[in-house]
Amino acid sequence: MERTLRGKVAVAGVGETDYYKRGQSPDAEFKLALKAIVSACENAGIPVEDVDGFASYSNDRSDPSHLAAALGCKELRFANMQWGGGGGGGSAAVGNAAAAIISGMADCVVVFRALAQGQFGRFGQGPRRNVIAGDMAHTVPYGLMSPAQMFAMKVQRFMFDHGVEQNALRAISLASYEHAQNNPRAVMYGRPLDEATYDASRWIVEPFHLYDCCQENDGAAAIVLVSAERVRDLPNPPCYLLSAVAGSHYRAGASVHNAPDYATSAFKTLAPRLYEMAGVQPDDVDVLQSYENFTGGVLMSIVEHGFCEPDACNEFFVKERLLAGVTGESQLPLNTSGGNLAECYMHGLGLNIEAVRQVWNQSTNQVADANVSMVISGPMVTPVSACIFGSEATQ
Amino acid sequence: MTGYYLNPGLPQPAATSDGLDAPYWQGLRDELLLVQRCHSCQKWQWGPEWICHRCRSDNVEFESLEPRGTIYSFERVWHPVHPALKEQGAYLVVLVELLQADGIRLVGNLLGDPNQPVIIGSEVSGVFEHHNDVDNPFTLLQWRLNGN
Repeated sequence: MERTLRGKVAVAGVGETDYYKRGQSPDAEFKLALKAIVSACENAGIPVEDVDGFASYSNDRSDPSHLAAALGCKELRFANMQWGGGGGGGSAAVGNAAAAIISGMADCVVVFRALAQGQFGRFGQGPRRNVIAGDMAHTVPYGLMSPAQMFAMKVQRFMFDHGVEQNALRAISLASYEHAQNNPRAVMYGRPLDEATYDASRWIVEPFHLYDCCQENDGAAAIVLVSAERVRDLPNPPCYLLSAVAGSHYRAGASVHNAPDYATSAFKTLAPRLYEMAGVQPDDVDVLQSYENFTGGVLMSIVEHGFCEPDACNEFFVKERLLAGVTGESQLPLNTSGGNLAECYMHGLGLNIEAVRQVWNQSTNQVADANVSMVISGPMVTPVSACIFGSEATQ
Repeated sequence: MTGYYLNPGLPQPAATSDGLDAPYWQGLRDELLLVQRCHSCQKWQWGPEWICHRCRSDNVEFESLEPRGTIYSFERVWHPVHPALKEQGAYLVVLVELLQADGIRLVGNLLGDPNQPVIIGSEVSGVFEHHNDVDNPFTLLQWRLNGN
């Protein structure tokens, strides 16, 4: 038996709520989840009551049984949570949903993520407890407590090892903001960013300027998956899942910053498996969405997925190469919705939706002939994940 | 002046309720760096675990180690993410590698001017920073460049 996800499951529909700055959502987090799922089902042309499974990640608070009850689903057959924090589970949840469909555990699975950082806690703030124990006791009292601070340490070392300059990080941010100017859904729509503004922006933690860091947002996003057979009877063009991988390298989860291979996005062991299952090479990838918690993580992810040699980052990471509107052999259109930096930080699920829209030829920054569309989710955490979508041409 | 590197008011460290890292925190109170060493394969490991990740022996004990190492990575923090740090200004966090102990790493602050240039690979020595003026006194392990 060939063990693969390739071509067996397809995206039937995608949906999202309006995207808000943190604390600005008029709706409660659970209602945001419901709205995104209903929207995705409408987009798919599938009755909401036919949804029989849910997959999410990062301890999403919207419980699948409650969702199924609130949505009036006929039955619940799959309720899945990918372990791990950050956006590391974004593509893993897609893979988990696909595995459920292929195995016959469920027929129509919704991958979703809902966040109201106004209603609940913010990601970008340190803990407020008086006493702290466990892993965080070894870092927080030294002022190392936010995601930016956890990951700057890795990026600093990678930049030191490979002579990476600040402008390489800047290019990633500039490309995201430029793409967002064509995307009315983007929170940063109408708020362009130029080199001088980036350079003059304050440090959050070196080597991250303000614009190297993702936003904090409220909203929800959902993706409906069905079998490849079923999707042919539905209105959207097919967008097949070609592969999905999740995990991390040897002892990536060693505590107190003790992972042996430290300065990494955690994709070195996963990337070869991702390409092998999909049957593609980096050169075949037409458009890439790469999760930006921080630009440094994008840079390391792109290196570890074989698009760029680690010592060639300064030449590779220039804005023009990363733009959808520029054509050429060496292009790598990146984060074409504006991504987490400039569209919305929906814990990265917006990146998966944008990857699907590229295959459907519906992006606001459409890449010509986008047949192989890749997503990298949640660099520098563990587990991380990635997936590749493909058009009919890839079948 | 408090004599502390960072302004007071951050969460205070305590041993885990299962006791896994209790010897480490008690060691710092006694001005000893105690980290785990496997008595089966003699290798050091950190962070703390119940068994040795190399040979899976549970014969893992806390042993004292000279607090000296090299800067493996660092960061200069500017944006305060906790109210206690609002007036702090920039500060330096270092990740220190202890090559004499199989390359285990510890997080601390680099003492001195927060705006000093920091060079990865620089040699540092530990400084015990006692916090005695709280209900449950604790000690942090800070780092100073050798030769300063």
